[in-house]
Amino acid sequence: MQRDVEGIRDCAADRARIRKAPENFLGAEEIAAVRSGRRDFLRGALLAAAAAVGGGRAAAAESASQGEDVILKPQPWSTSLGQPVAATPYGMPSKYENTLLRRQSPGLTQVAAASVSFMPLQGMFGIITPSGLHFERHHQGWQDIDPSRHRFMINGSSPEFIRKPKVYTMDDLMRFPSVSRMHFIECGANTGMEWGNVAVPTVQYTHGMLSCSEYTGVPLRTLLEDCGADFKKAKFVLAEGADGSSMTRTIPIELVLSGEVLVAYGQNGEMLRPENGYPLRLVVPGVQGVSWVKWLRRVKLGDMPWATKDEAVHYIDLMPDGQHRQYTSIQEAKSVITSPSGGQMLLDKGFYNVTGLAWSGRGKIKRVDVSFDGGVNWVEANLQGPVLSKCLTRFNAPWNWDGKPAILQSRAMDETGFVQPTYGQLREARGRRSIYHNNAIQSWKVVESGDVSNVQVL
Amino acid sequence: MSRFSKTALALVAALAAAGPARALDDYGLGRAATPAEINAWNIDVRPDFAGLPKGSGSVDQGQTVWEGKCAACHGTFGESNKVFNPLIGGVTKDDMKTGHVAALMRPDFPDRTTFMKVATISTVFDYIRRAMPWNAPKSLSDDQVYAVLAYMLNLAEIVPDDYVLNDQTIRDVQKILPNRNGMTYDHAMWPSTVFSGKAVKPDTHNAACMKNCKAAPEIASFLPDSALSSHGNIADQNRRFGAIRGQVTGPSGAPAGAKKTMADLAEASGCLQCHRPDSKLIGPAYQEVAQKYKGQQDMAGKLFAKIRAGGGGVWGDVEMPAQTEVKDEDLKALVAWILNGAPTNQ
Repeated sequence: MQRDVEGIRDCAADRARIRKAPENFLGAEEIAAVRSGRRDFLRGALLAAAAAVGGGRAAAAESASQGEDVILKPQPWSTSLGQPVAATPYGMPSKYENTLLRRQSPGLTQVAAASVSFMPLQGMFGIITPSGLHFERHHQGWQDIDPSRHRFMINGSSPEFIRKPKVYTMDDLMRFPSVSRMHFIECGANTGMEWGNVAVPTVQYTHGMLSCSEYTGVPLRTLLEDCGADFKKAKFVLAEGADGSSMTRTIPIELVLSGEVLVAYGQNGEMLRPENGYPLRLVVPGVQGVSWVKWLRRVKLGDMPWATKDEAVHYIDLMPDGQHRQYTSIQEAKSVITSPSGGQMLLDKGFYNVTGLAWSGRGKIKRVDVSFDGGVNWVEANLQGPVLSKCLTRFNAPWNWDGKPAILQSRAMDETGFVQPTYGQLREARGRRSIYHNNAIQSWKVVESGDVSNVQVL
Repeated sequence: MSRFSKTALALVAALAAAGPARALDDYGLGRAATPAEINAWNIDVRPDFAGLPKGSGSVDQGQTVWEGKCAACHGTFGESNKVFNPLIGGVTKDDMKTGHVAALMRPDFPDRTTFMKVATISTVFDYIRRAMPWNAPKSLSDDQVYAVLAYMLNLAEIVPDDYVLNDQTIRDVQKILPNRNGMTYDHAMWPSTVFSGKAVKPDTHNAACMKNCKAAPEIASFLPDSALSSHGNIADQNRRFGAIRGQVTGPSGAPAGAKKTMADLAEASGCLQCHRPDSKLIGPAYQEVAQKYKGQQDMAGKLFAKIRAGGGGVWGDVEMPAQTEVKDEDLKALVAWILNGAPTNQ
């Protein structure tokens, strides 16, 4: 710890930044306020604009006088009446928060209704994904289903498996005893573009098919029991969506019996968003996102897997011998440093809180190690609570950057003792032609200029 | 005892007078599904063909369906990768004997078509029936599904030109499907031994070494400079204050609150799922539309009505669905933009 404190002091003493902050520090509205000639705002804004353009020099000039204008001069927000309550009945982020958005990866798909948008994890905090930034993967476009017309059906491949096939309305489902649990969801193809080589510049595109929410719903087991399920005979569960593709996946009954699988309607305290399956989706903790069927309309109990399109043509893992692994579902332990990360730049030497996320489909994260030299030496990161099973875990590691080249890595270990593999280890086991389940250690290279870029270290 | 349990008991007591007593674990919620309801939704077809409907279709019949409803996206021969992954190609007569597509073993063979991968023909039948065509899922009759699958199997040279696929012959197709032996369950990513028949351990074995774990890091791959701007200006994709900034990798995007372009409106209205300004996708390019109707009287009104009502026959056989959700003023603006050649600066 002593070293870190010294690092902060060094940083404060060394005011000469290695590079100036990029322009656009002033928002469009501030510039407009300057141009409109508001006298109370003019001088401070101009000085701020000068500071934005001139970087350290203007700031130094200000401090050589009496201090910063943003402190010395009254600011408009301190000298005017603010907005009333409920001015925005559903609150939105600040107008200054317009950069961290869901984005598509150009050229990945041809049709936006069968595509992906990636979550901007390069700038997010903690472990919960704001619902509006949750990654999207739709197979035939998203729908906004009228909840009063949504129905959920349970039936069986044989009358032996489900004695009483039933239909539930949303009214019915929301009367059942409910539970709320926090879990990550990761697309099986997350980091898929990187199986062969580095392909994309930032963590949004390498790891952004990942989100984490608090889900509220009814354990599927409760509903199956309500329909007279015979769990001795039935070994598999089919889940089916109500969208155009009526997406289907075979769900492991072991996770249903453990009570983990939820028929969920709630997400982060409100109803699911339409893009995330409103009004009903399956939550299958630890298992890849495609199994978390959205717009859930039916669950069927049977004694054989279904080999549906998304488990027989897609979401199968090509091995070097030409065989495809089928029904690969569990997301193995994985982690990534989200900041500093690819495409970002460090403006200065000195202290950084290296921060990232770790998760495992097999349970809790036990430990995360961080390396600053490309995996030669490692230090244990601090895990930030809560550390929950099959949930994102935030980790932090202090770093005093000396301005020299570095390679940042993180390595997760879960409660089973499984350690996240290197690219070399992963490719040795599975080759490099798969699309799915790439959980290799991610490397970010830092150069003297402060630029951070995506590299792969074996 | 919880309040709920008391309520449940009271409910049971009340109902006992009127009918058979309910078990304590019966919440009294939901209702029995009717046979017709189950029939309507119970459309899944398993690898053992449980759930397969009766019906039949010939290769010839399938060609008609294909050319009208499938070829626009998947290509005349199912080979196109323009909109979706290719369906047909890459399989040989020898694969039909071995049941494992040899091209999958070749690192130099980039394509992976549906028929190279699929091990269960039920999968393709089930999916076409539930999800195709793209813009009108579940609109094919069962006979049409058999027919179009027969045509695809013929394109893939798995069945002859005069083949008739039905709920019996599909079982013969399974026996010669090129990649029927191409799946393995030898992995640790299913939470039980039900597939593999044995406990399988994870296939990577990293150890948490802490000091001097290797001589030096070996960088195997990095992003070429030319690809830095492939995802736009990264400075616009990071917060403009805080511990870090995004690198400037391109021109800065429009400031917040900037006027949306017509292309944004077209995207938001769902038009760009099938159309592009300058190239044919599922529907015609907007520039083609503008060219065709150049100088014609009252085209704005006609095109407005056409988009609103949907239909086909002008640009091919794929029908455009009726666009009822787009607001009048938006549609009017979009029509004017399309007839003006869909310029990107508007």
